[in-house]
Amino acid sequence: MFEYFNPYRIFKINSNLQKIVFFCFIIVLSIGLLEALFLSPEDYLQKDSVRIMYVHVPSAWISVGIFSLIAILSLSVFLFKNKNLILISKSLAPSGMLFTLIALVTGSIWGKPTWGTWWAWDARITSMLILFILYVLYILTFRIFEDHDKSNKISSIIAIIGAINIPIIKFSVDWWNTLHQPASISLTEKSAIDSSMLIPLIIMTAAFALFSFLIFLMKYNTELIKVKNKGLKRL
Amino acid sequence: MISDLISMNGYGAYVWSAFAFTLISFSSLYFIIKLQLKKEQKRFEENFSALTEEKYNVAISQEIYREILKNSSAKI
Repeated sequence: MFEYFNPYRIFKINSNLQKIVFFCFIIVLSIGLLEALFLSPEDYLQKDSVRIMYVHVPSAWISVGIFSLIAILSLSVFLFKNKNLILISKSLAPSGMLFTLIALVTGSIWGKPTWGTWWAWDARITSMLILFILYVLYILTFRIFEDHDKSNKISSIIAIIGAINIPIIKFSVDWWNTLHQPASISLTEKSAIDSSMLIPLIIMTAAFALFSFLIFLMKYNTELIKVKNKGLKRL
Repeated sequence: MISDLISMNGYGAYVWSAFAFTLISFSSLYFIIKLQLKKEQKRFEENFSALTEEKYNVAISQEIYREILKNSSAKI
């Protein structure tokens, strides 16, 4: 199975894929922006401020998704002792952190016209802030510790312990009384959002996912060249 | 009509700033990562050029080194 995680194989695929992913991202983002800003209808209650949803919600989904993936990969590092998995998780972290920041900032901007405040210590917002701190700690670990084994171990522990925060983010709206509304979109039930708003939301999510994939491809190659640079010195 | 698009019923400042923040963040991260990649590629090219013939032969026999060189701008 780990043959698929061979650095040479990933590097080769990455180099060829980057331009294609970039091109697809630009096209999907352009369609998404057109739909989100101009073609989708305004909400009967929130009016045009609802358009912030098209950047806020996909960012939150992807930031949570990436951290879940990092946590699974970190657990696999302990189980299978495959160092390439660390390289993959390390390359996923920058876009995950950026999407958490975007979710927090755009959420704050959306909060002002909707709730009348820029910030509230609401369970969902607080758990997202904790996610952002976890991302920062995860990335900083690689910068602080020069010993690779130590930094790999500590970053993996941060990701595994931090995974506890994922269900808290997801179910915070059900467990506590929060300013956020319960989930409107479910994979198992019919969505509470009309298709005129759901389609732009899906397009924007696809564009954001493509962006995080592009950043992953570039970051993975950077990290692998860094490792191979050290290998050249040891030859 | 353009002023309607900009004002968005009074919510324009919120909507446009949220989208602008997102797009600026995207561009910043993209260029930061691209810069890091270029820097590492350049460092790799420098280290590779400095190898002795014996070490060069060892390095060039490995697929991963050949692939990195293929993607770098320098001809070594």
